[in-house]
Amino acid sequence: MKYHPFVIPFSIGLAFVMLYIVGMWAYWIIRLSRREQKIVWKRLFSFRTIAAIWESMMEGLFHRKIFRKHALLGYMHMSLAFGWFMLIVLGNFESRLYPHSNINPPYYPIFFEFFRHDLSPLREYEEIFTFLMDFFLLLVISGVMLAFFKRIKSRILGMRRTTKHIRIDRIALTSLWFIFPLRILAESVTAGLYNTGHFFTNFLGQNVIYNLPLDQLYYPAWWAYSIALGLFFVTLPFSRYMHIPSEILLIFLRKYGVKEKEHHSTFTKIELNACSRCGICIDTCQLSTNLNISNTQPAYFLRDLRYSQPNEQLRETCMMCMRCVEACPVGIEVVKIRENERKEHQLYSENSYNYLNGYSYPKAKVAFFAGCMGHLTPSVIKSTLKLFEAAGVDYTFIDKDGSICCGRPLQLGGQAIAAKQLIDKNNALIHATGAELLVTTCPICAREFRHNYHLNIPVLHHSQYLLELVNSNRLKLKKTDLNVAYHDPCELSRGLSITEEPRELLSKTVNLVESGKQIGKNSLCCGGSLGATNISAEQRRTIAVATVNQITQADTNILATACPLCKKTFCSAQDTVAIQDIAEILANNLANIKNQNPTKKSAEREVITA
Amino acid sequence: MGKDVAIIGGGVAGLEAANQLATLGYNVTVFERNAQPGGHAAKWDRLFPNQRHSHEVIDSLKSHLNGNPAIMLSTAISTISRNGQKFKLDAKGRAFEADAILIATGFELFPAERKEEYGYGIYENVITSAELEEMFAKNGKPTMKSGETPKKIAFIHCVGSRDEKVNKPYCSKVCCVTAVKQAIEVKDSIPNAEVFNLYMDLRMFGPGYEDLYKEAQQKGVTFIRGRLSEASELDEGRLLIKTEDTLSSCPLKMSVDMVVLMVGMSPAIGTSELIAGLGLHPNKDGFVDIADQHLYPTNTTAEGVFVAGACVGPNNITDSVNAARSAAIEIHQYLSKK
Repeated sequence: MKYHPFVIPFSIGLAFVMLYIVGMWAYWIIRLSRREQKIVWKRLFSFRTIAAIWESMMEGLFHRKIFRKHALLGYMHMSLAFGWFMLIVLGNFESRLYPHSNINPPYYPIFFEFFRHDLSPLREYEEIFTFLMDFFLLLVISGVMLAFFKRIKSRILGMRRTTKHIRIDRIALTSLWFIFPLRILAESVTAGLYNTGHFFTNFLGQNVIYNLPLDQLYYPAWWAYSIALGLFFVTLPFSRYMHIPSEILLIFLRKYGVKEKEHHSTFTKIELNACSRCGICIDTCQLSTNLNISNTQPAYFLRDLRYSQPNEQLRETCMMCMRCVEACPVGIEVVKIRENERKEHQLYSENSYNYLNGYSYPKAKVAFFAGCMGHLTPSVIKSTLKLFEAAGVDYTFIDKDGSICCGRPLQLGGQAIAAKQLIDKNNALIHATGAELLVTTCPICAREFRHNYHLNIPVLHHSQYLLELVNSNRLKLKKTDLNVAYHDPCELSRGLSITEEPRELLSKTVNLVESGKQIGKNSLCCGGSLGATNISAEQRRTIAVATVNQITQADTNILATACPLCKKTFCSAQDTVAIQDIAEILANNLANIKNQNPTKKSAEREVITA
Repeated sequence: MGKDVAIIGGGVAGLEAANQLATLGYNVTVFERNAQPGGHAAKWDRLFPNQRHSHEVIDSLKSHLNGNPAIMLSTAISTISRNGQKFKLDAKGRAFEADAILIATGFELFPAERKEEYGYGIYENVITSAELEEMFAKNGKPTMKSGETPKKIAFIHCVGSRDEKVNKPYCSKVCCVTAVKQAIEVKDSIPNAEVFNLYMDLRMFGPGYEDLYKEAQQKGVTFIRGRLSEASELDEGRLLIKTEDTLSSCPLKMSVDMVVLMVGMSPAIGTSELIAGLGLHPNKDGFVDIADQHLYPTNTTAEGVFVAGACVGPNNITDSVNAARSAAIEIHQYLSKK
């Protein structure tokens, strides 16, 4: 067995980090709920495991999602992760191919070139191994240089801002940066003395640093390399780099179906540890890009939640628009975690909703719900009902008079107990109508109905229902030459994955003009968010104006939305472009013959006047 | 002397300043973009606090327009620029010159459609305070779209005033007393009508205003402290309005025949662009910024450019007349030194 005292820092670090990781994994798995453990066991031997391995490789080693965001940034992450991984794997193979004793301690492959100066026993593999080791070392060092460069000028790597790190992260980061230059130094010195390298380290050792006192540098260089590795390993569990082992576990658990619950759980702990604080969420956040609020994004929120408690400012300053969730390369359920954290601070008074009694509405096949925001945009209601009448829909307007909120705004604020009261009231109301379908013009309500009501009837957003009516020829539309841009509301696109139906619907009657990349699930927030209670009306306007400018062009006649809150926000922020809901555009371009079903309306009127 | 003064806007402030400056011996030209002089006041039926007919005031102001001061109607000034000691004004290709400028462009009524939840432009019996004045001028009383006389009317205060959500955080000053005046007029013209005023605060700052408020209460007008949250349409054009009576912390629903929106004062369209050519900027509310709030309320930071009336912020007629006279003296002092 080969040994030298300089391997001690590395060995201590490695032993510590391995024990810590194994310990944490075991602890987390034990602390999962019974139900979660059951599904993990049940699905352990299934294709899900293979899918998880595949994803671990694609994300953990190649950082596919980051590549999609920015090629150079992706390269930086990939070169570090994949390059280092290959050095470890190849180093192991190399040391195993070499005739060795039965005891092959963990440090042996890492410091192989220190222990073996004559590589000829590798025979025909000598050339390929030394070449690959040099190649991957070069790959890693290019990543380190980019990472260093990113700290100085992040824009080159597609990032407007990078995360401001705490002390432990800086120590870990610095030691990580030192590992590879020191490795190059150690290997180049060795290559200079013993010709153990290939094109890179041999070149450095024999042509660049050859006139340095290599003999005297030899031991200090290996010592320094070992110390840097040891320091990194010791700081890893307490720093952002805990994301490496945590993310792997997270990917597997997620593939087995474990996810965030309605309150913090062990899975939350794993997610918190899996955040690398890469800072991609900061640039994605409009609070940062439009308002310069760059200290409340998930990177910071999750960090504070991991180590202690985020303060109120940090917890509440978020529009819950889910752009960060879409952008997160680790796929952490950030907004759900924030919602659950807000639940820890609920204010609830038992009598708040006592007045919500005694509503009743006629029975019909379709229950229509406009929601609070719908009632603030009566032209949307009027247009939708006009379309329903034209198509002869048998509907009942279940919040015509005295609306009960769907509960989502309370939910976003973490007020789950209060929301439950509203949900129960509305549930009873919907049930009493005997409706077979619930339609709402509000994506915020639609999301709440689908996710938290457990209704036994389908819930459709009006864009979906109107498209059905058009496709089944119950609604006929005129084709106009209006240029219309479409804004995807957060709760519709990211919340419910409904992005195509509104577009298809608009295309039937106007020229739909898409502009830019900020569409579909990457759409911008209007700024009107119900999730943020501590941004001012002026700040909201700033966001709204920036968003309108992004989506519209000089020849845009109408900016269409599918959410009454977006409409309201855009309308009050600017008057450069007309804002209309898809229902309004359709109602204006309706080609149906009027009064298809006149009996319905009079029946409804009676109820309301009563 | 023979120096020229150009006044932009022929409303109360513009006309009054023109009279004063002509009396002082200047050649005065008023540029009015509309076909009629008198601004918003010319379209008003009666004025608070004494229900005097608005045309009496306007007629008096107009009576001096006999060559000097001259008025150019339907003439919108598009740009003003400094040209040495003089100013150059441009109105669609026609050029004018002046030694001093008075900005008296006034205000615009808040576009009530922007409070979509109040249903203006969507429900036929939701009208603005200005439209109610037109009804008084025409019929002496309000009428519903159907031609019927409304029996239940709600006045909604602060529409486009003190409302951050529509970017109008300031108070428009005159709407409270106007609403009280109009409520009394409704009561006088339709004796059995029920009248409600939904207010935040009642800012009865002027002489006689508080008396008017007392008179309204005595005539049976109901005052509810609460903002309107939303209006929706019931049968036959009637309206359901929702608010909260904040004095008793109670959500409130009411059906009414007519809703009158007390629209606030917004900056006049085009004024910001006009003053930009003189190196002036609007204040945070979008009105023309004045040089000194206490000592020089009719001066701007640009030499030779003066302001009067509601272009600097919400104003009533009395204040506009005062400002016009103050501006006339400032202009006189400025031109005497030149």
